[in-house]
Amino acid sequence: MTSARNSTAGALRLAGVRRAFGAYIALAGLDLEIAPGEFIALLGPSGCGKTTALNCIAGLTPLTSGSIWLGGRRIDQLPPEARGFGMVFQSYALFPHMSARRNIAFGLAMQGIPKESAEERVNEALAMVRLEAQADKPPGQMSGGQQQRVAIARAIVIRPPLVLMDEPLSNLDAKLRLEMRAEIRRIHDAIGSTTIYVTHDQDEALSLADRIVVMREGAIRQVGAPADLYERPEHPDVADFMGFRTRMTGRVVARDGERAIVEACGARLQVLARDALQPGEKALLAVRPEDLVAMRDGDGIEAEVEAIEYRGRAYFGLARAKTADELYFRSDAPLGRGQAIRLNATPDRAVAFSGPSR
Amino acid sequence: MTAAEARVERPSLRARLAARGLDATTALCLPAVIAVLALFVYPLVYGLVESLTPKAGRWYANYAAFFSDPYLYGTIFATLRLALPVTIVNLLLAVPIALRVRLMRRQRLLTTILVLPVTLGTVLVAEGLLNYLGPQGWFNRSLMTIGLIAAPMKLTNNYWGVFASLLITGFPFAFLLTLSQVTGIDPALEQAAATLGAKPSARFVRILLPLLASGLAITFALSFVQAFAVFPSAVLLGQPAGATHVISIAAYQAAFEQYDYSLGSAIALIMGAAQLIIVVAILVLRARFYRGPAGAAKG
Repeated sequence: MTSARNSTAGALRLAGVRRAFGAYIALAGLDLEIAPGEFIALLGPSGCGKTTALNCIAGLTPLTSGSIWLGGRRIDQLPPEARGFGMVFQSYALFPHMSARRNIAFGLAMQGIPKESAEERVNEALAMVRLEAQADKPPGQMSGGQQQRVAIARAIVIRPPLVLMDEPLSNLDAKLRLEMRAEIRRIHDAIGSTTIYVTHDQDEALSLADRIVVMREGAIRQVGAPADLYERPEHPDVADFMGFRTRMTGRVVARDGERAIVEACGARLQVLARDALQPGEKALLAVRPEDLVAMRDGDGIEAEVEAIEYRGRAYFGLARAKTADELYFRSDAPLGRGQAIRLNATPDRAVAFSGPSR
Repeated sequence: MTAAEARVERPSLRARLAARGLDATTALCLPAVIAVLALFVYPLVYGLVESLTPKAGRWYANYAAFFSDPYLYGTIFATLRLALPVTIVNLLLAVPIALRVRLMRRQRLLTTILVLPVTLGTVLVAEGLLNYLGPQGWFNRSLMTIGLIAAPMKLTNNYWGVFASLLITGFPFAFLLTLSQVTGIDPALEQAAATLGAKPSARFVRILLPLLASGLAITFALSFVQAFAVFPSAVLLGQPAGATHVISIAAYQAAFEQYDYSLGSAIALIMGAAQLIIVVAILVLRARFYRGPAGAAKG
C-alpha cells in the first residue's frame, strides 16, 4: 500500500451541503475542500452536525440540498455501496457472527476480489493493526481496543480513497485512547488515504489532524491548522472548544493591529483582538486557565478563591472577581477558599472578540 | 488441625447450598413450580395413563388402532399439510414487513392494525371469513365485478378457507416476534455493510439473515405449534371430514362423539409427539446458527 495510489482520487469538495430533519436544520450549508491525503478533524459539541456531515459524505444520510464531489465526480447521488469509502463507526459495528478475519474480508468479497489476493490483503491489514493473533476470534471475545483495530482494518483493507471515522475512540478508556490515537495517525501516514475524523475531544483533534474544522449549530466556525485554532481562535465558540474557559466582558482601551489593551474586571489586559474591535467598544474576553496566573498581591484582577484543585505540578481553581465574573486560573502554590488574590493574564494569550455575544 | 480450622474449611450446609445458588430466595419459584405441576405435568401424566388403559385390548391398543387406520393416522399429514405451509408463508411475510416497519415513524399504529386479529379470536375470524370468502361474499363478488373471474371461486369449506384463517390469526404472532428480533439488530451493522460495498440483497443475505436465523427458528417453532393445534377454523371453514380432517378433530371425535376418552387421550399425545419432533428438529438446526447479541459489540 502506498500513498501514491490514493492521491489520484482527487480532492473532496463539499458545496453548500445542507441537511434538515423536519424543521430541525442539522447542517446549514457546509462548504469545505479537502486535499488528497489530508487528515481532517471535524470538531464540535454533540448536536453540532459533525456526525451528520460524516454520514452525508458516506452516503448514509441523503442531502437536503448541495453537492459533494470527489475529484471531478459528483458523488452525493450515489448509494453508500457505490462510493467505496471506508467507515469506522462509533460502536465499531463489527459483524458479530463473523471472526475478525471474515469481518475484514467482507469488503473485499463484496468487491469480488479473488480469494487468494483477498487473503493476502487481509493478512496485511491484520499486521498493520497488529492483530494477527486474534484473527479468528469473533468480536464478542475481543476487548474494546481490539474491536477498534478490527474496525479500522476492515475500513482500510478496501483501499478507500477516503476513510471516515465517527468518534472511534469514545468507547475506550483513557490509556487505550492515547495508544489508539497514535496508532490511527501511524496508519493514516502508512496508507495515505484522506481521512475525516469526527470528534468532540479537542486534544484528539489537535494531536491528530492536519486541519481542524470546528462546527457549531450545523455550521463551520473556523477551519485551520491545530496551532492556528489553538492560539488564534476567530470565534468565541472556537475559543470555547480550545480551552478558553474564562469569559469576561470588558472595554477596548487601545488597539494596534492584532494587539489591543482591554479593561476588564478592574484591570488592564494586553490581548489579541479579533473582529473589527475599536477603542471604546465592548469586548468579550476569552482566557485559558493556564494564562491567568494567581499572585498573592501586586496588580491584576482582584478576586476571591472559590474552589481549587491540584492537577499535578500546578493548582487550578475558580475565583470570583469583584464584578462577579467567574475566572478560571492557575496557581503554583496552594490557596485556601475565600483567599484574596490577584490574577495576571499572560500578555497576548487572551483573545478579545466583539461582544458580548451572550 | 484445631476444631476452629476444621470449621473454617468446611462451611455450613446453608452456606454451601447458597454458594450453589440455593437459598431462601429459591423458594420464590414454588408458585411457578406448583402451577406447572398442576396445569401441565398432572394433565400430561393423567392423559398418558388414560391413553394406556384402553377400553379393550392390550395397553398399546389405542396407539395400534391409530396407526393402523389410515383415516386416523392420515390426520397427522393433513395437519402438517396445513401447518407447515401456513407457518412458512407467515414467516415469509413477517420478515420483509418487519424490516420495513422497523424504519417507519408511525410504527405503533401499523403494529396495532396488524396485531388486531390476535384479539379477535379464531372463531370470530372464521365466522368473518365464512362470509367474506363465501360464494356470495365481497371477495368473490368484487373479483366477478371487475371481471377477473366468471363464477365464484370455492374458498370456504375446503383447505384454502382454513389456510386463510390460520394465516390471519397466526401472522400477528409471527410478525411481533420477528419485529422484536429485527429491531434488536443495530442499524449500524447494515450501514457498515453498505459502506463496504454490499448491495441491499447482499446485506440481507450476509448480515441480517444470519443474525435473524436463530430467532426465526424460534418464531417458526412457536408459529408451527400454534398452527398444528388448529381446531375451530378447521371445523367452521374447512372440510372436517375430508381435506381438513386434522388431528385435533380426530381427538375430539374420539373423546366426545365416540366417548372413547382413552383413544382421545392417545390421539392428543400423538399430536403432542408430532409437534415435539418438529420443534426438536428445528432446535437442533438452530444450534448451528449464530445466537449471540445482534447489537454492535462494545468493549
